[in-house]
Amino acid sequence: MLAALWLVFVAVPTEREMGIVQRIFYFHVASAWVAFLGFFLVAGASAVYLWSGSAGADRLAQAGGEIGVLFCTLVLVTGPLWARPIWGVWWTWDPRLTMTVILWAIYASYLMLRAFGGNDDAVRRYAAVLGIVGVLDIPIIIVSVRLLRGIHPAVITRNEGGSGLVDPWMRAGLGVSALALILFAAWLIALRVRTARLTDEVAALRRQVAEAA
Amino acid sequence: MRGAGAILLKDLRIEWRTRESLASVFVLGVLLLVVFTVAHDPEPEAAPALAPAVLWVAFVFTGLLGVQRGFLLERENDCMSGLLSAPVDPAAIYAGKLLANVVLLGVTQAVVVPLVGLFLHVDLWGVLPGLIAVLSLGNVGFASLATLFAAVATRTRAREVMLPLLLLPLLVPLLIGAVTATRAVLGGGLGAARDGIAVLIAFDVVFVVAGWLLFAYVVRD
Repeated sequence: MLAALWLVFVAVPTEREMGIVQRIFYFHVASAWVAFLGFFLVAGASAVYLWSGSAGADRLAQAGGEIGVLFCTLVLVTGPLWARPIWGVWWTWDPRLTMTVILWAIYASYLMLRAFGGNDDAVRRYAAVLGIVGVLDIPIIIVSVRLLRGIHPAVITRNEGGSGLVDPWMRAGLGVSALALILFAAWLIALRVRTARLTDEVAALRRQVAEAA
Repeated sequence: MRGAGAILLKDLRIEWRTRESLASVFVLGVLLLVVFTVAHDPEPEAAPALAPAVLWVAFVFTGLLGVQRGFLLERENDCMSGLLSAPVDPAAIYAGKLLANVVLLGVTQAVVVPLVGLFLHVDLWGVLPGLIAVLSLGNVGFASLATLFAAVATRTRAREVMLPLLLLPLLVPLLIGAVTATRAVLGGGLGAARDGIAVLIAFDVVFVVAGWLLFAYVVRD
């Protein structure tokens, strides 16, 4: 995995053409994919949790939410860094940008719910319900933000980053960086799930000790 | 279905006897209307353009308040446990609460909308049927998620903050659809509002069904 990451850092500089800022694109787009995968993981694991009540599915949903928000934040940070020199503004209410920031807010509130709710079964169920509702919201958000285009000046119709990828090296760079980030995120999620499981085990042991004493 | 009807009647009767929630929500709606308009300080000719946004932001906030109150009442004497132990399907409770919220939202709007017409110089008579259609669709969508998450938020710590925090991002597509449709209706008629109304209908269908299915998990135990 680290080897894959290292490969990206070496491979990407070889195909810079549009100036140095364009390199951020490989991480930006790959992060967006990872964030989406994270959000769908939340929904899938939440549905499994509601269905079966398995603690593992709940931990997986939590990890997916945290990693999804993390990578969504990366998207929202790398995007403006690129947009400032290319578009001239840090932010614009383009449909895609609007959608990303709404998604970020939904899953940030998911994490808030878990943080405020404490650690009991009811909160896990609430979080699962929110995780499912959040994903159901995604297609509606996508359709609804298109309505905004009519109101806001379309500064950015050349936003189609994909169309600029003529050089096969660029496609390779994107593919490799996406793969690396997905593997990296999977590793983070696995770590996070294990941490959550250990936390639960420690809590259970502590209860046992308290009862014994 | 009868269970849902009974809950709808119960909620409306409680509201009718105290009229507390409606009174506070109505005053808040008028206040928000004044605050937004004053904050924008529009030219008289520009005022009508402001109407859709002002209307919907006011409805979202008054709705948040009203729905939350409804569930706090259920909590006060542990009425929710009573409801759950009654031989009614949780889905029927959801349906009853949803309808009660839709009715209460509608009653508030029946007062606030004419005031918007008055304050912001919008001629409402000609577009009334279209406006009512858009408002009803928006109310159903709002109530579908608000009913579900009010039950969630009242059971967590920091519940006053939690409901808007959970609800507002999820409601953004509804808000976009509703404002677009309202603007189109005020400007010309239902035909122009097609896209916005399509978003509203999709939102309503998806989340009424989702709430119907998921409500049982929220109130269980």
